[in-house]
Amino acid sequence: MSYTKRFYITLILSIPMLGQMVLMPFHLMMPAYNWVALITTTIIMLVAALPFWQSGWAAFKHHNANMDTLVAIGTFVSYFYSVFAMMTNREVYFESAAFITVFVLLGQVFEERMRNNASNAVEKLVQLQASDAEVLRDNAFVRVPLEEVVSGDVIRVKPGEKIPVDGVIVSGTTTIDEAMVTGESLPVAKGVDDSVIGSTMNTTGTVTFKATKVGEETLLAQIVEMVKRAQTSHAPIQKLTDKISNIFVPIVLIVAVLAFDIWYVLLGATAVHALLFAVAVIVIACPCALGLATPTALMVGTARSAKMGVLIKSGEVLEAVNKIDTIVFDKTGTLTKGTPEVTDIVGDEAKLLRIAASLEEQSEHPLASAILDRAKQQQIKVTIPTNFQAVEGKGVQAELFGQHVFVGNEKLAINAQISERLKAQMTALQKAAKTVVVVGENDTVIGLIAIQDVARENAKVTIGQLKDQGLRTVMLTGDNANVARAIATQIGIDDVIADVLPGEKADHIKQLQQSHRVAFVGDGINDALALSTADVGIAMGAGTDIAIESGGIVLVKNDLQGVVRALAISHKTFNRIKLNLFWALFYNVIGIPIAAGVFVGVGLTLSPEFSGLAMALSSISVVGSSLLLNKAKIVDDPALSTK
Amino acid sequence: MTQLITLVLSILIVGFVIWWFFGHREEEAVQANVADGTQQVDIVVDGGYSPSTVVLKQGQPANLIFERKDPSNCLEQVTFADFGINEFLPQKEKHAISIDTSKFGEYDFACGMNMFHGKVVVR
Repeated sequence: MSYTKRFYITLILSIPMLGQMVLMPFHLMMPAYNWVALITTTIIMLVAALPFWQSGWAAFKHHNANMDTLVAIGTFVSYFYSVFAMMTNREVYFESAAFITVFVLLGQVFEERMRNNASNAVEKLVQLQASDAEVLRDNAFVRVPLEEVVSGDVIRVKPGEKIPVDGVIVSGTTTIDEAMVTGESLPVAKGVDDSVIGSTMNTTGTVTFKATKVGEETLLAQIVEMVKRAQTSHAPIQKLTDKISNIFVPIVLIVAVLAFDIWYVLLGATAVHALLFAVAVIVIACPCALGLATPTALMVGTARSAKMGVLIKSGEVLEAVNKIDTIVFDKTGTLTKGTPEVTDIVGDEAKLLRIAASLEEQSEHPLASAILDRAKQQQIKVTIPTNFQAVEGKGVQAELFGQHVFVGNEKLAINAQISERLKAQMTALQKAAKTVVVVGENDTVIGLIAIQDVARENAKVTIGQLKDQGLRTVMLTGDNANVARAIATQIGIDDVIADVLPGEKADHIKQLQQSHRVAFVGDGINDALALSTADVGIAMGAGTDIAIESGGIVLVKNDLQGVVRALAISHKTFNRIKLNLFWALFYNVIGIPIAAGVFVGVGLTLSPEFSGLAMALSSISVVGSSLLLNKAKIVDDPALSTK
Repeated sequence: MTQLITLVLSILIVGFVIWWFFGHREEEAVQANVADGTQQVDIVVDGGYSPSTVVLKQGQPANLIFERKDPSNCLEQVTFADFGINEFLPQKEKHAISIDTSKFGEYDFACGMNMFHGKVVVR
């Protein structure tokens, strides 16, 4: 029988006893009250309390004890004492047994509803999926169930339909509402070669796209998996309460025996009064509040953050976020847009571009695409070089038209000739926060190409917000100090670590960790080692490939504001866990002495039934407090938080 | 006199509670049965998990069949924090949960509130 049903039956059956309680102050006695109470309470015990006795006994046989043990003992003792009392013409306490059951069930019904509410979020994410897709089969679009869509399928999506799986657009343009997955509130314009995310809403145009990821591999499936893991994870702060809750119930039983002894043996109270104190102790104690404090808050917090496009890996990460005092940013692609452009060319433009583009075509360096883009614009043909050689952290060199040529940073040109004029221009460009690529031929620098990767629009605001929170901000970059400083000043970063080779990032993080707790923000692909070295790794906007392994926190949307949001929701969730744990401990620490009669001197006592009510309210309040995390204010809109 | 008897009884009860709940007990580990290449262990959920320690062979697919007899909602959820599993166990029904046995190790499982514990050992 469900808790709800048991609760209603118990409630209806306890109405006569409730009536008697109201009549009591008027010295009115219901006729044959004891018999009415005996019959109704017996039914209540059979229907509603017996399952507690069964569970309590089953747990006892396994040397376990839990809340059911306490409820079982409380109701069992009050009921059978009352039966005994009735037979021997003493005062009965049937209402205690009945009301404890009512209140405990009331608590359980509420708690169950609220817990379902808290854990529902993941199911809601899964429900976002489309159920079918229009797939190209034998030159015609046909509707097939989602499970039959395979990678490589060409899928057509009309306005108002959901994108069924992840993929890349092959024809058409449209705008897509990705809010449900990335937290981005504005629809995003998409065209050919842009990637689309499964379960997002196509709004204006019809597009066809090629499926790249289906089933378990889609971004949404990965998000669901990550949130699920986070929700079942543990936070280190829980360890203490886990220890307490393991020994909690037996300790409460011992305290109840002691309370009985002190009242009966030492203070000379009647056995009945001493028994009532003991029962009150057993009933007021609430291991559930302790047990629910962390998991419910984690559940609500991680689900809420997932909705904002912030994936938090575990309770451990959440706790670590609260200890960080330094936040390190990778520069390229994180603080800046990551798609640099050629801004200046010093020297023979066509020649420089031809050499640079020919060499850089082989390279995967982010600066290479800027040069290639420019060469394409100028319709400059590239030639395949021979003896191509990449020099790590410096650049590339090769043979082209029989000449030795090189393209790279100043380190590569350290032994080459360079005119004073070029040197001066290089410094000027670098001061303007531009990366200068030197192009050389036969040991002479023949020209410069300046490339700039501009800062993201909201970088300054974001850094400002983080500094307001008392965090030290650091920028880590492979660029030279001049370039790095210029950008840093522009956006207000505290410290700069420049000239860092790709492999050295993690070492610099380690150095900072000697005196600080460090969070590192970078993209999930190139910065895996640095991300896992930092106390908290925040992987930013890796599109449909969320790098679950490398980052403790993954930002689905490629937006710097996500960092502020991630920190804010982590703080809120962790504070809520602390509050819940404090409240659960405080409640028991105060409640048990009150029930034991420690405060009788000041007129503060609790009958067993009110102890039951207090117990029910305490676990409801913990779950309720966790659910309130859904309503907690988080900096959501950058426009709102700018001063 | 009654006082004295009460006192002696109380001491006995307290002693029993401590011995019963806190005494150290050896747990019996249960090896999985293999049928059609899948390892399988039945776990009865009633006031705890019996068996509470399950031994699985590494690399072979495995199912844990949970059967909840206990009416209490304390045990209605089972969570494996290492695998991100958090499942509802319907009462009086068998509910299979498949376990990833690709890596060696000990993996704890517990009820939703972390009051009841069990362990899967992958060897």
